[in-house]
Amino acid sequence: MVVLTRGRVGRRVAWIVTEQVEVPQPQMAVEMLGIVKRFPGVVANAGVDLSVERGEIHALLGENGAGKSTLMNILMGLIHPDHGKILVHGRDVRFHSPRDAVDAGLGMVHQHFMLIPRFSVTENIILGSEGPGAFIDRQAAEERVAQTAAEYGLVVDPRARVEDLPVGIQQRVEILRVLYQDSNILILDEPTALLTPQEVEDLYRVLNALRDAGRTVIFITHKLREVAAISDRVTVIRRGMTVGTRVTADTTAAELAELMVGRGVSLRVDRTRAHPGEVALQAFDLTMKGRGGVNALDGLSLSVRKGEIVGIAGVEGNGQTELVETLAGLHIPESGTILLGEMDITRDDPVERRRKGLSYIPEDRHHRGLVLPFSLTENMLLGNSEIPPFGDGRRIDYAKTEEITRELMERFDVRAPGPETSAGALSGGNQQKLIIARELFREPAVLLAVQPTRGLDVGAIEFVHSRIVAERDKGRGVLLLSFDLDETLDLSDRILVIYHGKIVGEFSGERVDRAELGLLMGGRVPHGDRVGITT
Amino acid sequence: MGTGWASQHNAAWRSTAVTVGTSILAVTIALLAGAVFIAVSGHDPIESYRALWNGAFGSRRAVGETLAASVPYIFGGLSFAIAYRAGMFNIGIEGQMVMGGLAAGLFAGWDLGLPAVVYVPTSMALALLAGGLWGSIAGVLKAATGAHEVITTIMLNYLAFRLLSFTVLETDKHLPVDPQLQATHMAPPEARLPIILSGTRLHAGLIVGILAAILLWYLLFRTTFGYNVRTVGLSRGAAAYAGIRWGSTVVAAMFVSGGMAGLGGGSETIGLLGQQYNSPQGYGFTSIAVGLVGRNHPIGVIAAALVFGVLRSGSNAMQNQVGTSREIVLVLQGLVILAIAGLAASGRIKAWWARRRRTTMPTDEFSNTIGVEPGVTPEL
Repeated sequence: MVVLTRGRVGRRVAWIVTEQVEVPQPQMAVEMLGIVKRFPGVVANAGVDLSVERGEIHALLGENGAGKSTLMNILMGLIHPDHGKILVHGRDVRFHSPRDAVDAGLGMVHQHFMLIPRFSVTENIILGSEGPGAFIDRQAAEERVAQTAAEYGLVVDPRARVEDLPVGIQQRVEILRVLYQDSNILILDEPTALLTPQEVEDLYRVLNALRDAGRTVIFITHKLREVAAISDRVTVIRRGMTVGTRVTADTTAAELAELMVGRGVSLRVDRTRAHPGEVALQAFDLTMKGRGGVNALDGLSLSVRKGEIVGIAGVEGNGQTELVETLAGLHIPESGTILLGEMDITRDDPVERRRKGLSYIPEDRHHRGLVLPFSLTENMLLGNSEIPPFGDGRRIDYAKTEEITRELMERFDVRAPGPETSAGALSGGNQQKLIIARELFREPAVLLAVQPTRGLDVGAIEFVHSRIVAERDKGRGVLLLSFDLDETLDLSDRILVIYHGKIVGEFSGERVDRAELGLLMGGRVPHGDRVGITT
Repeated sequence: MGTGWASQHNAAWRSTAVTVGTSILAVTIALLAGAVFIAVSGHDPIESYRALWNGAFGSRRAVGETLAASVPYIFGGLSFAIAYRAGMFNIGIEGQMVMGGLAAGLFAGWDLGLPAVVYVPTSMALALLAGGLWGSIAGVLKAATGAHEVITTIMLNYLAFRLLSFTVLETDKHLPVDPQLQATHMAPPEARLPIILSGTRLHAGLIVGILAAILLWYLLFRTTFGYNVRTVGLSRGAAAYAGIRWGSTVVAAMFVSGGMAGLGGGSETIGLLGQQYNSPQGYGFTSIAVGLVGRNHPIGVIAAALVFGVLRSGSNAMQNQVGTSREIVLVLQGLVILAIAGLAASGRIKAWWARRRRTTMPTDEFSNTIGVEPGVTPEL
């Protein structure tokens, strides 16, 4: 039977032709319909639909910032949607707090574990579900924990202290806690992010056992490999919207990659061809230890020429942050060399690097780029306080700084009552303009721009983009790191793909095969051969 | 200084008005609540406060006593303020004062026959150094191991008290101390801070304190070091971004903080008393309140120190004339701290409610800036 319904296709409403199978539909464990959630300046969810069948492992796939976490936080009652409907086991629900979600049978294993390190495994598991009364029957609790653990092959010592356990086992404790609360719908947020390959295999076994026992699993990931390895079905989210749901067995990695990174529609950036000059910034063989003993940077090399914008494309957590912070001088690499023009800056501190011509727009405006309670004038001094004309290393010329601030506010259209306004009172766009003004004032040779438009509205994004292109045209080298792939593609003259702390591919900005790019970002080498690998 | 100054001062004025207003409100609330306590203890609050006022200002001698009583609070408040600006809660002011007082007391007690222009400044410099080093121990521990300064400074207080006892009781063979009197030797006149208001005990420590406040203001608001201290205290992430070394900044700030406390101890020893006795004076803890009421601003600290000086010097008259226990002043001090914390909390609660109603992103950026100067919210 063919049914014609009026429904949502992405942002538009259109007639949808669906073939209705006569067999009664399997009941859905979770249905989220038309979820919309706006934050100031950002639309995190712009109409997401998600249907998860009972007893399946359902992958939620999307790039960072696509809106996956917001969606799951809505499902868990941590935030409230502006619009939309949520059904759990067919019942319309409205969660006011995570407690309501847990009572409805939902449980979430967070990316960063919510465990108390000093507590034992059992103590952590029963936390929040101790039941009434002043006393805890520890023995009974331990027995129940051991029993649940045995049922799903979640081997763990109930009496061990959590801080003594490896990460993979800690995650089991998290899963056990959710099971202990009798959740039959488990949400796992990027559960493999901190695991070793061996631990990932163990996790897959546990998840399969849970599915076989009739529980439902929602598995959030941005890795194509994991979707293929574990899920029954997959829903892809892009820019806050559902772009498709597929049966995993019937789809290909290429199709999913395309859905994930999208095609076409993006903000156009007016720019001419780049005329790259000599090399402005070079990094050779950078190595840096990350968390858990894995190399965050693993022999990474790259170069940026004067007058070009080089974009770094990659899935978050592949060493981008470490790369930028190492280039900016926040960390000293274990090995490798960084050259700014001809100068070796590998061991220079951030102030010295600024003196030599490096500027840095940091990822986090609120915690790195600005001191919010400080005035705009005081914020202008951040990183500049020892550099003339702001200061001489001992004293600061506040009058001169205020004069410069006033002038830059004019030039960069920072809208605020005056330079004495505190930075915290500004909108995100104006805060970012202030940072850009500060970082460009020194006329740097190289600009590191990290997530330069994160959380900004369209007007501010345009301003930032045109500013970055203008700096390129003045002959500065720009290294752009954005987790918005469209932004990277729109702005970059050259794109480097980072994966596991290494550059694994290079594209010219003019012609990029998105599917291929998506595969490289996911750690898959397209067509079996290594395309465009740079040294 | 161009036209910029006018506008900077305009905006500064508004936040200063809010800040000063909060402090005045806190003191007022404390006085009102204190009146209830006085009434409960069976005395007339109005009579008591009048006696307190007259005791503090009623005569030339009273004014001198009041100002002299404010001196240690000025130093203690400055000590608390600079540490707080660096994000450190210095509970160790008492111990740092003891170290400063002991250093100055021993040096002055030696009677080296130096002229006053050399003897007094050297004694004070030693007091600053001793207090500063004592304070920087907590800074080093924090920077190197992350040990919380509240814990370490409390420990260092006890250590300082024991060191003081040991020195005045056991080292009389080597050092100018009198175990019978349990004190360092009385300093000769040329080693004493001179009296600046004849007929009173008011000594030049007041001038040193005011100069220290001005110097500290300059340090905080005009130098790179001060900028680094304030940045570190408000945002460690931004400090790292700017290339400011957190560890060394914290250690240096704790040195200055301890140094201020040391000067306070020294000025008591060679100013008011002439010798260091085997008993901490107890100014250190009140200094926390002075710093908070003074909004951790050097000039505000002077004002707050005067308020606490008035309470202290007027309390005797209140007890003698009306019979109200002078301990009520301690109650008032406690109430001031509670009122300040309460006013800060009310700002936070308001912000929290506003957030709840909007039910938007979980951000807490601005929660500590409502009604209180940023970075000054007491973490009590």
